[in-house]
Amino acid sequence: MANMMYREAVLRTIFEEMERDENVVMLGEDIVGGMGTAGGPEAIGGIWSTSTGLFGKFGANRVIDTPISESAIIGAANGLALSGKRPIAELMFADFIGVSLDQIWNQMGKFRYMFGGKSKCPAVVRMAYGAGFNAAPQHSQSVHSLLTSMPGLKVVIPSTPADVVGLLRTAIRDDDPVMFLEHKALYATKGEVPDGDYTIPFGHARLTRAGQDVTIVTCGLMVGFCERVADKLAKEGIGCDVIDLRTTSPLDEEAILDSVEVTGRLIVVDESTPRCSIATDIVALVAEKAYSSLKAPSVMVMPPHTPVPFARELESAYLPSTDKIEAAVRKILAWR
Amino acid sequence: MQLSRDVLLRAYRQMKVIREFEERLHTEIMTGEIAGFTHLYCGQEAVAVGVCEHLDSVDKIISTHRGHGHCIAKGCDVPTMMKEIWGSSEGTCKGKGGSMHIADLDHGMLGANGIVGGGAPIAVGAAMAAKIDGKGKVSIAFSGDGACNQGTTFEAMNMAVVTKAPCIFVFENNHYSEHTGFDYAVGTNLDIASRAEAFGMKVWRGNGVDFFSVHETMREVLEYVRAGNGPAAVEFDTERFFGHFEGDPQRYRGEGELDRIRDERDCLKIFREKVTQAKLLEGADLDAVDADVMSLIEASVEGARAAPRPTAEDVLTDVYISY
Repeated sequence: MANMMYREAVLRTIFEEMERDENVVMLGEDIVGGMGTAGGPEAIGGIWSTSTGLFGKFGANRVIDTPISESAIIGAANGLALSGKRPIAELMFADFIGVSLDQIWNQMGKFRYMFGGKSKCPAVVRMAYGAGFNAAPQHSQSVHSLLTSMPGLKVVIPSTPADVVGLLRTAIRDDDPVMFLEHKALYATKGEVPDGDYTIPFGHARLTRAGQDVTIVTCGLMVGFCERVADKLAKEGIGCDVIDLRTTSPLDEEAILDSVEVTGRLIVVDESTPRCSIATDIVALVAEKAYSSLKAPSVMVMPPHTPVPFARELESAYLPSTDKIEAAVRKILAWR
Repeated sequence: MQLSRDVLLRAYRQMKVIREFEERLHTEIMTGEIAGFTHLYCGQEAVAVGVCEHLDSVDKIISTHRGHGHCIAKGCDVPTMMKEIWGSSEGTCKGKGGSMHIADLDHGMLGANGIVGGGAPIAVGAAMAAKIDGKGKVSIAFSGDGACNQGTTFEAMNMAVVTKAPCIFVFENNHYSEHTGFDYAVGTNLDIASRAEAFGMKVWRGNGVDFFSVHETMREVLEYVRAGNGPAAVEFDTERFFGHFEGDPQRYRGEGELDRIRDERDCLKIFREKVTQAKLLEGADLDAVDADVMSLIEASVEGARAAPRPTAEDVLTDVYISY
């Protein structure tokens, strides 16, 4: 076991996979940084420090520093993937899928199906997502609900350094397109990472806290929030299952349903906007398949259906918090 | 450059297959048997064939919504394509893609593409892969005068220049983006190649209704790109004999325009005239090809009609994740 930061886990996994398989290539804006400047290549090394040193090790053919052209970045990843490479494309901010959505939604997400199963598209699109930095409406969003709504994409949201390693390795080795969402507020968090060729299969949620009273389903940054609430309430004798989805597509329905069948109470905590979201999807799943187990109406702890605001007061009010999650648990337990 | 008899016969045959494939579809679509949208390539055959005759199966192309010609020219199996257009489970894409999405990765055909401008960025990625492999392979982005106005195409051209990717942007200017004239929609004074040139590429221009012009131009372009000089672009002036899609009433055409282009700008007629006048081939040689092609098309249509249909269960296959 090694202790490392979430961002180090990203970099180390990419490095190891590029070393292991020469078909793995990386591309994106400023992933090398400093190209065409007095400072020279690697003057930056990626703004999230998730690609530092890759250019020096693997060279310009495999570490492709691109102009600010998100459509062409994802499009090129598609072309590389259809030509036998395993590209890892970086979108500097998840919000920029807006610029490149055709290549994600109409192209990579559909190749295998519309080509009758005869193509592989082993591309990973990594993107930094999430609020908490007062980065305002276009640099703060959580886009996994949007991406999960698109057939043909796998959507992965690691919450710990260990999950980064296990899930990113699986993503790079997967023959299908994977959206890999890294929360900005998690990059500097630390954790133990297993040694060796550690992988985590997609579609297997992680039960991070176990309890009998309430099921809390969540992912990404919110996992830590929910764990803190669960730990606090455990001291009062209130038991919460905290389920870290890890992947929203595929979705581990069984983990959710098994838990709700015991607790009878579902809370979904998520950072994406509420309408047509992963939260409404899970509430609907439980209503459809575990209705008779429910002891109370399900609760969603989410931002309002607005853009992410800028000012500190507004952003704090917008985001789910441990207080809001705790209030939700107390509310669902108090029902009737 | 003098082309051999075999090369000439093969090129003529490829153009004729495309022509008759499309003409037959035009007729068959009237019967209502074929579902969905179909965009015919008739009139532009010299471009697809003049380009693809230079390529190996390891070279990649990406096509457009008007993609049948590129697919045939790149070596996709014609009867299987016909089955796809009929929606058969034995089609190129098992009936899941249809006319606009025929792809055959084994032949380096990365797909027709229903999104105008969707293909050029993908071609750049294929070119990056070719550059990594370092074996002189190239990729071709076929685009029309419609796609030349898409930002994705601009991004792709700049990205190819910046990364020195061996990508060739082939612009087929048929003078119509859907139902709108080139004079109106392309701002660069009736010239697409100059736009590519502004991105820092070497460009060529050719006559897209003359196989020999296309073939000779592409010989130069490919020599340049395969030598590691980075991307290039070429604009071919060509003609679209049918509407944007089948069923398009084409009210935007001028008086007698369709007759005139069929008469004066038909790449098959021009080819026949040139090779027979130069005594490179006999009229009888070409007639024999014609007859052979007609039976291929007939057999393809019969095969497509009789081919098995997909079932409701097939909706759920070839997915990334089963739900």
